[in-house]
Amino acid sequence: MSGELVRVERLTIGLRNGGPAIVQDVSFSAAEGEIVALIGESGSGKTTVSLAALGHVRPGLAFRTGSVQVDGVDMTRAGAADLRRMRGRIVAYVAQSAAAAFNPAFRLSAQITEPARLHRSRSRPAARAAAVELYRRLELPEPEKIGERFVHEVSGGQLQRFMLAMAMIEQPRLIVFDEPTSALDPTTQVEVLATIRAAMRGQQAAAIFVSHDLPVVAQLADRIVVMRRGRVVEQGPARAILEAPTQDYTRSLLEALRQRGQDTPPRAATRLAPVLEAKTVSVGFGRGNSAFLAVDRASLTVRPGEIVAVVGESGSGKTTLAHSLVGLHAPLTGSILLDGVPLADRFQRRSRDERRRVQMVFQSADTALNPGHTVGQILGRVLKLYFNMDRPARAARVRELLGLVHLRPEHADSKPGQLSGGEKHRVNLARALAAAPDVLICDEVTSALDTIIAEGVMRLIATLCRERKLGIVLICHDLTAVAGMADEVKVMRHGMVVEEGQPGAVFRKPQHPYTRMLISSVPQLRAGWLDEALAVRQGLGASTSSFLELMEPSE
Amino acid sequence: MSTTTAPTGLLRWRLPLRRPSLVAAVAGGILAFWIGAALLGPALLPHSPIDFISDDSFAAPTAVAWLGTDYLGRDLLARLISAARSTLLISFLATLGAHLIGDTLGILAALRGGWLAAGLERGAEVMLSLPKLIVGLVVIALVGPSATVLVLVTAGVYAATVFRIARAIALDLVGLDYIRAARLRGESMGWVMFGELLPNMLPLLAADFALRMSFSILFMSNLSFLGLGVQPPMADWGGLVRENLEGLASGSLAAVYPTLAIASVTISLNLLVDRWGSSGGAGEMRT
Repeated sequence: MSGELVRVERLTIGLRNGGPAIVQDVSFSAAEGEIVALIGESGSGKTTVSLAALGHVRPGLAFRTGSVQVDGVDMTRAGAADLRRMRGRIVAYVAQSAAAAFNPAFRLSAQITEPARLHRSRSRPAARAAAVELYRRLELPEPEKIGERFVHEVSGGQLQRFMLAMAMIEQPRLIVFDEPTSALDPTTQVEVLATIRAAMRGQQAAAIFVSHDLPVVAQLADRIVVMRRGRVVEQGPARAILEAPTQDYTRSLLEALRQRGQDTPPRAATRLAPVLEAKTVSVGFGRGNSAFLAVDRASLTVRPGEIVAVVGESGSGKTTLAHSLVGLHAPLTGSILLDGVPLADRFQRRSRDERRRVQMVFQSADTALNPGHTVGQILGRVLKLYFNMDRPARAARVRELLGLVHLRPEHADSKPGQLSGGEKHRVNLARALAAAPDVLICDEVTSALDTIIAEGVMRLIATLCRERKLGIVLICHDLTAVAGMADEVKVMRHGMVVEEGQPGAVFRKPQHPYTRMLISSVPQLRAGWLDEALAVRQGLGASTSSFLELMEPSE
Repeated sequence: MSTTTAPTGLLRWRLPLRRPSLVAAVAGGILAFWIGAALLGPALLPHSPIDFISDDSFAAPTAVAWLGTDYLGRDLLARLISAARSTLLISFLATLGAHLIGDTLGILAALRGGWLAAGLERGAEVMLSLPKLIVGLVVIALVGPSATVLVLVTAGVYAATVFRIARAIALDLVGLDYIRAARLRGESMGWVMFGELLPNMLPLLAADFALRMSFSILFMSNLSFLGLGVQPPMADWGGLVRENLEGLASGSLAAVYPTLAIASVTISLNLLVDRWGSSGGAGEMRT
């Protein structure tokens, strides 16, 4: 390794108008060709540190002491003109959500060559040629033409690679990655990680990689900096941190990872009669030539007190199947039975009691809760509608429901905007429970949450299932989480159930190659995981996920 | 996670704008003055707006008549204050009417879609393509001028614009999961419209309400200026301008005061809306 490119020294960042520091005494360095990972939970200050490398602090914050040297320039003291010169050219940034980072009104190439235009570093044709060369290196399909597309015409994984192209076009000395794959599903994540790794190998650059996912970091990083509450807990070469951590906090992180998916619950000896059944259900979108079968003859049986997990990558039809269960999408063929009695195919034609008994927990708690209502109103409305309770009865029941999902009674007076992500998810769950349902359909309820908070919500769902004899359909792409709690797993691909059975059997001896690929895509700490995952993918044929993402609009 | 910190970052940017500004205080003060005057003024003033207190038309201000007299020798201040009452009341009711019609139909169109929405949209487009003043003139010429007709005409003329705005705001919200959840659990159309959607649209609709009210004051003033508004001996501000126009030739300011009154209310309303919009009040529609 040649010279040091980045040196962060005793960096302290706090609120502009005093108060405790957000980031305190953080020091680390990165040399040319090195990837340094900043790892920690949300709120650990890792993103704040990474943004400091761009000379940026979020509004309201200020640099207090310490320095961030990038290629000989102290970013904490650089003026506006210096920062403009540095950003994009010397230091580049890859954001978490590529979808939010691109302008949907412009073609991708126009945005990717923008740094070159802004810095007047090369002519328009030269910039375009450089972009095409990058697309080729990043393994984007049709590199000559794909840049002419708009944001909505490429898949999520491809967009993240475009973001990478934008960062790399000026051949920067330092690239800051801010959770670049945490918004992607596991199989797409594998592709993007491999691309990042390959791309960084050919660069004379250093990288700062921010993540809360230790296994992801294990595949890429040369050095790891573990952060907690704004301070560095420990740092060192990746191997040393992963194999011989010196601090308790790091050890607990590693331990939590090892335990995931280990405790398969014993299946109840006596299984109850099915409450909800889907029999050879097919659901389609579109008409004529563009017609497309999102769910192809899928069957599902939900019993009280059991969890049926439906796994598959985005576009596999699992959400559409869930929608057909509650009547949001009418199936083309097949039937849905509640207690053996067929349900109407659309929710409008189902009775109020049928609707009450099958409740859906929507994926995003941010949009599933009315921001204009208080938690008490949100839950109370369900009680009034289904049970016609009077005001005191509602208030009492709301308190009970909040307790059930481990929230405090005071939360009844908060609006969703005042709650944290995990709390919103609990309210979302409580609203479904307010209907006293027999079946709960949970659509990716934890996909936007931190690992630790997500595990809390999952555990809550499992407890409710066992204690209240709820039948649960769990739509999920996190296989490790499902393995620990489901009674039955269905693996979906292209709308078809390709494999099903008890999770233990499915995960230990996957029969279908697609299941093997899904399992291999779940990040693991082992050093060689990424290569193995790629090998399994190649065995399955061409990159299926990006293709599928193009076909089905993700709901 | 970093995604959740972004909105707070934006809010922090806006924070400095939130301090109570002089502009907002002055605008609010002017509006409060006129509302107070409309409510209490007639009771406090020594003269009735229809009493003749002077034999001179366009008399200069005196200790009894602070603003002088109008073209028939009546107390101009008393007339201005009583006109405030009719102007503010009629324009408020008209705007309320425009919003009741426009918001209800706009939300309905956004929720239902299909032929209903298409029909309402075409109807709104036809309304928008007609010149408002001409529509007002024709309708009043047909049914005769009265305060009720004035309210209904103004409400009708502006309902189409409000419809388009309400529909656009509602369209942004109907795709969200909480609306889907409400329909899925079997809520009535009325609850989804007014219980779920309306509370989240209120900040933007309230901003439009203030703006729309200033438009309707101007619209009514136009009608009154043409003699089709509030009928003599009562008058609104537009009517006062018309009555006293001839005084301008003789140097009387009798026509200028009502003009200033119209300007002060409409400008204040606009300033308040601007202020409120930029302070994020209208920005918190969605979380």
